[in-house]
Amino acid sequence: MAYTRAKIADLIDGTVDHDTLHQMLSTPKDPERFATYIEILQERVPWSDRIVLPLGPKLYIVQQKVSKKWTVRCQCGHDFCDWRDNWKLHAHIHVRDTAEELEELYPRLMAPTSSWQVLREYYCAECGTLHDVEAPTPWYPVIRDFEPDIDTFYKDWLGLPVPERADAA
Amino acid sequence: MNIRVRDKDLDASTGGIVRGGETLKQHRDRIMDATKQTGCYAGMETMALRDSQPILYNKLFSRLRAGVVDARETAKKIAASPIVEQEGELCFTLYNAAGDSILTSTGIIIHVGTMGAAIKYMIENGWEHNPGVRDKDIFCNNDSLIGNVHPCDIHTIVPIFWEGELIGWVGGVTHVIDTGAVGPGSMATGQVQRFGDGYSITCRKVGENDTLFRDWLHESQRMVRTTRYWMLDERTRIAGCHMIRKLVEEVISEEGIDAYWKFAYEAVEHGRLGLQNRIKAMTIPGKYRQVGFVDVPYAHPDVRVPSDFAKLDTIMHAPSEITIRGDGTWRLDFEGSSRWGWHTYNAHQVSFTSGIWVMMTQTLIPSEMINDGAAYGTEFRLPKGTWMNPDDRRVAFSYSWHFLVSAWTALWRGLSRSYFGRGYLEEVNAGNANTSNWLQGGGFNQYDEIHAVNSFECAANGTGATAVQDGLSHAAAIWNPEGDMGDMEIWELAEPLVYLGRQIKASSGGAGKYRGGCGFESLRLVWNAKDWTMFFMGNGHISSDWGLMGGYPAASGYRFAAHDTGLKELIASGKPIPLGGDTDPQNPVWDDLIKGAVIKRDKQAITTEEMFADYDLYLNYMRGGPGFGDPLDRVPQSVVDDLNGGYLIERFALSVYGVVAKKEADGAYVLDAPATEERRVAIRKQRIATSVPTRDWMRGEREKILAKDAGTQVRQMFAASFKLGPRFEADFRSFWDLPESWILTEEEIGVPHYGSRYSMDVSELPDVKTVQFVEE
Repeated sequence: MAYTRAKIADLIDGTVDHDTLHQMLSTPKDPERFATYIEILQERVPWSDRIVLPLGPKLYIVQQKVSKKWTVRCQCGHDFCDWRDNWKLHAHIHVRDTAEELEELYPRLMAPTSSWQVLREYYCAECGTLHDVEAPTPWYPVIRDFEPDIDTFYKDWLGLPVPERADAA
Repeated sequence: MNIRVRDKDLDASTGGIVRGGETLKQHRDRIMDATKQTGCYAGMETMALRDSQPILYNKLFSRLRAGVVDARETAKKIAASPIVEQEGELCFTLYNAAGDSILTSTGIIIHVGTMGAAIKYMIENGWEHNPGVRDKDIFCNNDSLIGNVHPCDIHTIVPIFWEGELIGWVGGVTHVIDTGAVGPGSMATGQVQRFGDGYSITCRKVGENDTLFRDWLHESQRMVRTTRYWMLDERTRIAGCHMIRKLVEEVISEEGIDAYWKFAYEAVEHGRLGLQNRIKAMTIPGKYRQVGFVDVPYAHPDVRVPSDFAKLDTIMHAPSEITIRGDGTWRLDFEGSSRWGWHTYNAHQVSFTSGIWVMMTQTLIPSEMINDGAAYGTEFRLPKGTWMNPDDRRVAFSYSWHFLVSAWTALWRGLSRSYFGRGYLEEVNAGNANTSNWLQGGGFNQYDEIHAVNSFECAANGTGATAVQDGLSHAAAIWNPEGDMGDMEIWELAEPLVYLGRQIKASSGGAGKYRGGCGFESLRLVWNAKDWTMFFMGNGHISSDWGLMGGYPAASGYRFAAHDTGLKELIASGKPIPLGGDTDPQNPVWDDLIKGAVIKRDKQAITTEEMFADYDLYLNYMRGGPGFGDPLDRVPQSVVDDLNGGYLIERFALSVYGVVAKKEADGAYVLDAPATEERRVAIRKQRIATSVPTRDWMRGEREKILAKDAGTQVRQMFAASFKLGPRFEADFRSFWDLPESWILTEEEIGVPHYGSRYSMDVSELPDVKTVQFVEE
């Protein structure tokens, strides 16, 4: 079933009423959600380049208006990299690998032991937004967590035209 | 090819028991061949009954499903074990003749696949001819080498016949309180091999004519510590199975065998297509990568194991790659996972995959039609020799959940990325909690009987945060969607342990824009126990549940126990005693009240049997769930509410959330909004100032790798994963640009690695045919 634009906006804001939330969880999905969702997000970002796919609350794959290049972008407008690259490699990182640093987040004894597990915080270098936290062992490679097949998603699953892309074949 | 009774094609001498005359093996082979050839279950490219008589099809489904759920609700009242009666740790499933599940009840639905695996084992190993499969037979199984989760899940399996021919099976499972393992409790930690896991039963015929054999009754009751619970659990399972068998007979009488028979196969194909459609409706095609870890801290003196070669610290590792294809099919590949180990945290391929459906019923397929269709719609790759697909018949499984829950929690993050991208924010979930601590132990209880305890309070952990709200606190466990913490009064009847407190575990949920749900903690006083032991079982050095999109992991675990407390004297003299919770373990208040006590307060969250006397204390701390989104984006008033509700320790409001709160005269916190805004700006600046470009950090980390600078447990984990996962190793080497000369092997680390070179699979035993369910 479809939901009003206002309900989708409430969902994004975390203020959606319980009955609607329950309905969203318990009934078949509304295929038009994506278009409405993108429209609302687009109005809220401080730039006019087109959102292709949201990756996080303040992280997007966007189509740059003039060049048509697709990049991974922070809400503040900072471009991390080409959309095919792992944005974390182009972010700033802070690694918590001592008890003292971990105990800024958790009480002693409830923090991981740093010789077993560390926390890696990935920030936007311009605005300081925390986009991701990895919690692996030392030595662990930076994880490329998502490689979306956007062409199939738009064309075959949603029946939408794929936004123009400078590098597209 | 649709399902037909092949009576005309069969040689009359075949004399199989399946409807139409096939043997069980012929029947299953035909179904599997057709599935393989067409990609559709049993070759059903159309579903005759569903398409021609949709109302009848749905009527059959609704009636059978309701009956299966009803059987569970009714039968559980027979049980005396609070695990079954209070927590609902039971489940009933209806199978077709080939052993594929048609539908299942509520409860511990991981067993949708495990009992089917047992039926398939009987089929593949000729049970039809010896010991024979007849109407009103009763079979019992708990063998983890052929698909069970762990030995304490006991299966009762009953064949269903109609007019003298087998038309299906029904299985019932309960989680029993003790299996007669080396240590008491259903999920003991001290043993390092299957031979210490307790009573193990391989699809044994334990009754006929609906009556249990006397030799079985006499043997089984003395193989476990908690005899009464064991026997009543078995009656629970049998009663449920017989209720469901009767239901099937009634349905067939009314609707006809042909309709039932078609339904029993079409429902599986329906389940397969249902999954595919939901994948297309909810996700985004592409690749998703994630990883899970959990600690096995066995070097500590409080882990007493019988074998030198098990006495080491290790980390269990489960990287996963989900590939969602354009046609809605998907593949889950666990290349790089660790080898099985000398502990009780190994899992069979069936429990690993079947358990994933428990998860999926809470997100991707929230349907009542939980059956083997989803399994046929999924490709799994679990490399042979890993902890989730062991290649050695000695492995122990007693607490396979230690890593099952920690490995699966990563899958939530992968799926949630697709839900988030599509705008289905209501489905996003940062992960599940590590469902621990498990309070277990035994001895003589308050009724002077040999007893074992296995508290199931951790059926109510915190849940992960979503993209629209906080996780639920002290609410659920991934393995039982209907979990409950149970009533204190009932636990006090079942255990010689008095409650001195039960409260929310502050700061146990991971921080975030939406925080993870918090767990809770119970302080137990040993009372009226004799020759008593207890132990701890949970994650400690590692938080297995990462946050999502800027959210932080849930807090990790620790233990608190106190002996020689002097509480008897303190109580007699009316002095203060420890009560409530260990609110801030960094600033403990109990320890000063029991000054002369021997206190164990540390990160060693796994131990083996430790002696406890009356007036000793044990803290049972249930973990929280992970967070979602940047904590600086959390609504400040929500942080203040967390302080007032006991969900957050005061100092973290400032350090994690940048929220300035003042305590009023009445003890309540109020928000200082301008100071909060200022503080948040300062934190953002500080983040930029103290962080470095990722590639700069990588240069330093690479140097550490080249120098092999890490703890033995980290090096052992990578070395073991490299050996079993060549692609994982190649990716690791390429990411860090390591020279060819850099090699890491277990041999060079200087810790025992029995099992790394020599192993023997159960399939190598004479006359044993195992069933392979995944790509290896």
